Amino acid sequence: MAYNEQEILAGLAEIVSEETGLPTDSVLPEKSFTDDLDIDSLSMMTIVTLAEEKFSVRIPDDEVKNLATVGDAVSFISGAQA
Amino acid sequence: MTSASDVVITGLGATTPLGGDVDSTWKASLAGRSGVRTLDNDWAEKYEIPVSFAGTLAVPSADVLTRPETKRMDPSAQYAIVAAREAWVDAGAPEVDGDRLGAVVASGIGGVWTLLDGWDTIREKGARRVLPLTVPMLMPNSPAANVSIEFGARAGTHAPVSACASGAEAIAYGVQMIRTGRADVVIAGGTEAAVHPMPISAFAAMKALSTRNDDPAGASRPYDVTRDGFVLGEGAGVVVLESAEHAAARGARVYGRVSGLGMSSDAHHIAAPEPTGAGQTAAMQRALEDAGISASDIVHVNAHATSTPLGDMIEARGIRALLGPHADQVALSATKSMMGHLLGAAGAVETILAVLALRERTAPPTINVTEPEPELEVDLVRDTPRDLPAGQIAAINNSFGFGGHNVALVLTST
Repeated sequence: MAYNEQEILAGLAEIVSEETGLPTDSVLPEKSFTDDLDIDSLSMMTIVTLAEEKFSVRIPDDEVKNLATVGDAVSFISGAQA
Repeated sequence: MTSASDVVITGLGATTPLGGDVDSTWKASLAGRSGVRTLDNDWAEKYEIPVSFAGTLAVPSADVLTRPETKRMDPSAQYAIVAAREAWVDAGAPEVDGDRLGAVVASGIGGVWTLLDGWDTIREKGARRVLPLTVPMLMPNSPAANVSIEFGARAGTHAPVSACASGAEAIAYGVQMIRTGRADVVIAGGTEAAVHPMPISAFAAMKALSTRNDDPAGASRPYDVTRDGFVLGEGAGVVVLESAEHAAARGARVYGRVSGLGMSSDAHHIAAPEPTGAGQTAAMQRALEDAGISASDIVHVNAHATSTPLGDMIEARGIRALLGPHADQVALSATKSMMGHLLGAAGAVETILAVLALRERTAPPTINVTEPEPELEVDLVRDTPRDLPAGQIAAINNSFGFGGHNVALVLTST
């Protein structure tokens, strides 16, 4: 089953919140993972791993560096769904 | 009398099967309560494990840490952080240059939950699902490193691993850091989180564990003729060590001194203690010499006494050999009777109990001894606490580990 972008944002916000302790409502599309959410590379890889499982998608390692904002990740996951 | 190289204890922290902090642990131990309980899971049935109980934490770490903290640290590091935070606050959060602050926190087994969860993930979902923090979580220095990061300890971070002597060895290492001038303050202790089906099965395979499933609270019974093995426990104990000079300069409350360190190794067998107990006695003797006191100054021993048929009596004979007839006047407590064996945390938690015993002039009891070994030539404190004398008094805390590691600490009252 495919998730719409709103569902992906909500799911991603849950993952980020569990990893960082930030409230889910602070995980907004325009937020930068590194600059706004203070997520280091290991945490980012954890979020990617958990997101891959949650949304049944593959996020190639080469792609991760292009996911600067939460919105970038939502778009990528949305497009990557089978 | 104190000298500049004296090392004092100014803060205590613990999370144990008896309580979520030092005060509750201490009070439960004086009350002779057991923290050993039947596990609330189906491991014994599901995996046919012959042991269905353990000394699990009285207050789960998830109740006191944030969700991200529990996800980013193995339980072994979580327990260490819980204990370290308590110890640090208890010490009055000393102002100390990070370059003069050390962190020495050991674990006997390390991040076994994380290690085996990772393997389960590979088998169930494939390698791509293994979380990137797996290695930093499972490594046995992770508790020490997490403590170092939290408190900005840059004088050195260490995790001396010596099985069930690890917690005591960590304290000894911390004392040495201060004695040799590497640090003014050291956060030191031990932690263990191995109540997991694999270690339980493995200890059971050695026939090391009690199988008294119908009476968990009565299962850990050091020196009792019906003892049938140790009870696995979990938790952490952390102390703040400080040079006497540094503590005095800031007017810190002092619980007691770590005045003697004694270490030896059996070089005998990978798991069995050397039967004459010579190595254990040597460790105790070296600790007395290091403290510059004689056996007659000792009023209390917190024994290693894990409730195994072999080990308890070897240690008891070693204590008798060391103390001679004076052993009849030394209040000996086997506190594992109440909380089980916390492996790498045991030496640290028991150091805390021993230093509190000196400070409060009260030796905690040994429970579950209904019929002591007839050849036991030590003065066992049974069932109820015993008063200790006034004046300057000293205690020995023993910790021995698989591999033949023997660590004895001499603690002295203020």
